[in-house]
Amino acid sequence: MKNIIEILKGIINIIKQLLKDPIGRIGFIGVFIIVLLSIFAPKIAPYDITEMFTKSKLVSPNGEFIFGTDNFGRDVFSRIIYGAKVSLQVGIISVGISATFGYIFGIVAGYFEGVVDSIIMRFMDVLFAFPSILLALFIVSVLGPSLGNTMIAIGIVNTPVFTRTVRASVISVKSMEYITSAKSIGLKPINIILKHITPNILAPFTVQATLALSGAILTEASLSFLGLGIQPPDPSWGSMLSESRKYMERAPWLAIAPAVFIICTILSFNILGDSLRDVLDPKLKL
Amino acid sequence: MENILEVKNLNIDLITEKGNKKLIDNVSFNVGKKQSYGIVGESGCGKSITALAVMQLLSFPLKTSGGEINFHSEKESVNILSLKKNEIRKIRGKEISMIFQEPMTALDPIFTIERQIIEALKFHTDLNKKDMSDMALQMLKKVGIPRAEEILKEYPHQLSGGMLQRIMIAIALICKPKLLIADEPTTALDVTIQAQILDLMNELKTSFDTSIIMITHDLGVIAETCEKVAVFYAGQIVEETDVVTLFHNTAHPYTSGLLKAVTSLGDKSKNLFTIPGMVPAGGHMPKGCRFEERCNKKMKICKDKSPELIEIADGHKCRCWLYAESGDN
Amino acid sequence: MNNVLLEVENLKTYFPVKGGVLKKTTGYVHAVDDISFKVNKQETFALVGESGCGKSTTGRSLLRVIEPTSGKITFRNEDVIRLSKEEMRKKRKDMQLIFQNPYSSLNPRMTVNKLLSEPLRTHFSMSQKEIEEQILWVIDKVGLTKEQLDRYPHQFSGGQRQRISIARAIISKPSFVVADEPVSALDVSIQSQILNLLIELQKDLKLTYIFISHDLNVVRHISNSVAVMYLGRIVETGDTEQIYTSAMHPYTKALLSAVPSKDPLQKKKRIILKGDVPSPVNPPNGCPLNSRCESAMSICKEIRPELADMGNNHHVACHLYKE
Repeated sequence: MKNIIEILKGIINIIKQLLKDPIGRIGFIGVFIIVLLSIFAPKIAPYDITEMFTKSKLVSPNGEFIFGTDNFGRDVFSRIIYGAKVSLQVGIISVGISATFGYIFGIVAGYFEGVVDSIIMRFMDVLFAFPSILLALFIVSVLGPSLGNTMIAIGIVNTPVFTRTVRASVISVKSMEYITSAKSIGLKPINIILKHITPNILAPFTVQATLALSGAILTEASLSFLGLGIQPPDPSWGSMLSESRKYMERAPWLAIAPAVFIICTILSFNILGDSLRDVLDPKLKL
Repeated sequence: MENILEVKNLNIDLITEKGNKKLIDNVSFNVGKKQSYGIVGESGCGKSITALAVMQLLSFPLKTSGGEINFHSEKESVNILSLKKNEIRKIRGKEISMIFQEPMTALDPIFTIERQIIEALKFHTDLNKKDMSDMALQMLKKVGIPRAEEILKEYPHQLSGGMLQRIMIAIALICKPKLLIADEPTTALDVTIQAQILDLMNELKTSFDTSIIMITHDLGVIAETCEKVAVFYAGQIVEETDVVTLFHNTAHPYTSGLLKAVTSLGDKSKNLFTIPGMVPAGGHMPKGCRFEERCNKKMKICKDKSPELIEIADGHKCRCWLYAESGDN
Repeated sequence: MNNVLLEVENLKTYFPVKGGVLKKTTGYVHAVDDISFKVNKQETFALVGESGCGKSTTGRSLLRVIEPTSGKITFRNEDVIRLSKEEMRKKRKDMQLIFQNPYSSLNPRMTVNKLLSEPLRTHFSMSQKEIEEQILWVIDKVGLTKEQLDRYPHQFSGGQRQRISIARAIISKPSFVVADEPVSALDVSIQSQILNLLIELQKDLKLTYIFISHDLNVVRHISNSVAVMYLGRIVETGDTEQIYTSAMHPYTKALLSAVPSKDPLQKKKRIILKGDVPSPVNPPNGCPLNSRCESAMSICKEIRPELADMGNNHHVACHLYKE
């Protein structure tokens, strides 16, 4: 219980510091808004996402439909709000998958080196060799298109990147004298990994995670764009973008709305990642 | 004695978001022709940035904020601080050159030794390639490098630290500069190699007629190589005199503390002499004497008023209230 | 009477040199090449030599931070090399290491409090209160204050950080400490503070030190006996004063003469060694110094001299002193 309170205090402290930095504030607020949107989607969205206003198809943005309507007469704004939920879900869960596997593989490869390292890294090289979208396509087509499988596919695709980042950081941290010091004090390897190596690779790891998060949202958009991601009638920003293509000239708002949201989300996460790295570095604290 | 370099009221600031911190505070000293001038002090005292200022090599966030650095070459006298970038480049490497602490990182790993020696010649002379190669070879021999012909074709990673420092010296001296600045040239080297390099520098000084500024934290190096010495503490000169006086007629409590700390090493009967505390951090300089907190001879005035660097004997300057005339304030 | 705390016999530490695509071992760096010595209780035994002579590797091999290749290290009647990894890990509370660089040897993300409590949590099952008491005890010993406990290493100066490293090493109350160039990275005025601290702690806590340094002045001040190392071997060993006043090995003599004078009026006559230290991958046949030695004889190129007893605990490995 005491630990949980301490962790919470730590998180609040980090947020406080994020808010001190003007750029960090932008990133944090951006992400915060997206999270709010996805949590309260049913409350915020003015219409049901499947409700078709057959009389007002492809209506341009106006007082009634803020972002206009699509070719079925569905409200774009409501679909964007629901799309936020999908995008965020895909982003967080798939990054969670790749971060977890990447961390484990990376730590094992970097800390123990030798044969284990060679095996893990060669396997990662094989995964890496395929263009990521191609690999994701392949996995989804094997598993079958669904939201869950999309997340698994994106998770697998991103694992090598995490493994590499973690392994490289572990190797550089491992050569630091404080690791030798920890060994000479008599710490067990597991404690060295958890208490000394992990906190010191957290910075590149967090940055990688936020980058991967935006990448995952983008990959989901691409997969949906190709028709392999989330299935209709559920909305995601990618699938909306995909569908808008046919009406690009008649109804550009169909493309602009999801595109702007994708850009803003990715930007917010990247900015957040950058300032998070600074906040997590004790050397920059005074 | 004629001077080759006159530094007058030099100030160097560190630019920060919270305002500028003064790292070098009104430093003045003169280096005579063919003289070897030592600058000794502990890390952070400002000795290295003073040398960089002489070469106009300070870069952001460091900036000179006042003073003059007058350099008297054979042809003309110039204030280095007022020179334009293309003008200082003609002086760097030709009139004034510098060697650094880490020979391993000061040489470019992708070029041969020959190419790196010739580089300076290319810029400052119009010799043809053959002559330049010959000069490089001669120079390597002068700095005592065995198998000089072969080494010219080798790369830095193939050579040891001692060899690389000899090569750095060769590069620095190839244009026969009037002034050589050596910034801790032997700190990264082993004692036996340090002995080789110091001997070499003493020899070269006479054969090249070069003035040397030797920057070091090691009083032993000063004793071995210098004629005149300035002791730096927290961005100021606290004592300046000839080397024998510095060791045998020490005036400033900081200098004598340093000397005692060194000489009491080896005498096991007593505790090592220590100077308590730490150097004040840049930007938080005390109002009075900067050494006051650590001084074992402090008086009441030391806390309130900063002493000036005054001449206490012929050619012996000291910044300490112990030597100030009573009616001075 | 057995006054010996640590005895090292024929210690060798080799590092494989790997080359080629297949990472085949193409040779070995003879970092520590067959050395033996004894360290008495509550004394300081110094290892001196230039960079690459194997002094640091020796120190780390003793604690098995680097695994030695072969040899015997008897510490309190137990061969340390034979201990299992887990037994060795537990042994570390009694054998500690202090590092040269106080900037890299402290984890930048841990407060002083965490850094100091870690050895205690690793080796003892103490209550929070006992840990706090022990930390207060140790910071008092090394001259830190209670207010500094919540700070991070980067908020301290070099000398203070070295005090933290020392505190971390002695908090588990070891009897044996390897100090690897503990003052080399510090300024002169701070260096003497730390040396005094080490000497005080030795008296207080009955510590035995192995003191590794390239600085001969410092070694003379702190040590009872000295071993001079060159290219992975001990070339001369004996009581400190004996070595400093009547060195016999040409390398020791050169090393001592190379130390800069402390007085500009007394310029020493130096023995300058020619050239550089040979590569430890292919150490020369015979005496390792033969290519640089002024008194080299023909035998020096062929036969490697062994350490020979010169009386009074003074041992020299040089053909000049053989019958």
